[in-house]
Amino acid sequence: MDTFTTLLMAFISIVIINNLVLTKFLGICPYLGVSGRIDMAFGMGLAVTFVVTLSGTLTWLIDHMILMRMDLEVTRYVCFILVIAGAVQLVEMYIRKFFPSLYDSFGIFLPLITTNCAILGLCLFINLWGVDNLPEAAVLSFGAGIGFTLAICIMAGIRENLNLADVPKCLRGAPITLITAGLLTLAFMGFAGMIK
Amino acid sequence: MSNTQYAIRNTIVGGLWKENPVFRLLLGMCPTLAVTAAVKPALTMGLCVVFVLVCSNIVVSLMRNLLKPHLRILMFTLTIATFVTIADLLLKAFQPEMSAKLGPYIPLIIVNCIIICRAESCASKNGLVISIVDGLAMGAGFTVALCVLAAIREILATGAVMEINVMPQSFIPWAAMSMPVGAFITLGLVLGLINKISTKK
Repeated sequence: MDTFTTLLMAFISIVIINNLVLTKFLGICPYLGVSGRIDMAFGMGLAVTFVVTLSGTLTWLIDHMILMRMDLEVTRYVCFILVIAGAVQLVEMYIRKFFPSLYDSFGIFLPLITTNCAILGLCLFINLWGVDNLPEAAVLSFGAGIGFTLAICIMAGIRENLNLADVPKCLRGAPITLITAGLLTLAFMGFAGMIK
Repeated sequence: MSNTQYAIRNTIVGGLWKENPVFRLLLGMCPTLAVTAAVKPALTMGLCVVFVLVCSNIVVSLMRNLLKPHLRILMFTLTIATFVTIADLLLKAFQPEMSAKLGPYIPLIIVNCIIICRAESCASKNGLVISIVDGLAMGAGFTVALCVLAAIREILATGAVMEINVMPQSFIPWAAMSMPVGAFITLGLVLGLINKISTKK
């Protein structure tokens, strides 16, 4: 029961309190780039969730089972990026085989998940926070993906309505999106301090 | 002016203003937002990016004729990851406090789009000299952009820049500017301002 509570707390904290996009500034590029339409945003969120769960768990395993035992921590970053690139390749093959229409609509953004900082960032944060058991690492990775999906879907919803608003000409596009994101983080700051 | 000199001058102007990675191309947003709460970490981050950018541009430019197209991106990423590891270890050895403060954002340079973008669009097509100049110019543009944002945020958040007071005594610090909100809104407004200036011309 105790472990269950810890895991639940870890999940809630990574989804809303330490949301990677809104408090750690990770994954801003797709957050600004793909948040134009809500269905695209949701699909992107799911793809990222899958990749981040897979690579977060795998990098934790590799880090603890291989690198730390053999004193190879120096090669940590190189190994992490290889695992992520491999996971993205796997997702790309899977989507192309089973959901060709979704594959076409993603275009270039699918391979770009490799350079999504949210994923490498999460692997590094798991390492930094000193997570020492596999279930917690897996829950944190999954939660980070859900948090990303949540943030990008809220943003897409706002931006669909923003298209109808009369924004000053020089602020159109990226600037107003950034300002909206700022206001959104202000709302999420209200959750700070809820746990620990 | 000879052809090479002209190309070099173009690259420098491009990096600093016309194709400024942060303000014009919107690349490398994560460090831009994350480390600009104060000028010192922003400057450190900028210098690390310059180092990695120049080194990876040199290596990519030297091996550009050996690369197979489909393995290109993977090789770029591995090169960048190697240099980022070097930069991270150097920082840990000589600036331990700053290294602890920047935390995971230094290794995150690996996935900074600026570096892979320059490797792809410049270093893999041009010779050594142009690649080095491009790395320096783009890195300088990035550093300047980071420092401008950091200066605005630090002045408004604490009333001081690099521990030198610039605001009058009666100034009330805006704590929000050093939080995520400040990062997003400052960058949004600065981008708006730059759009305004460049459309006027």
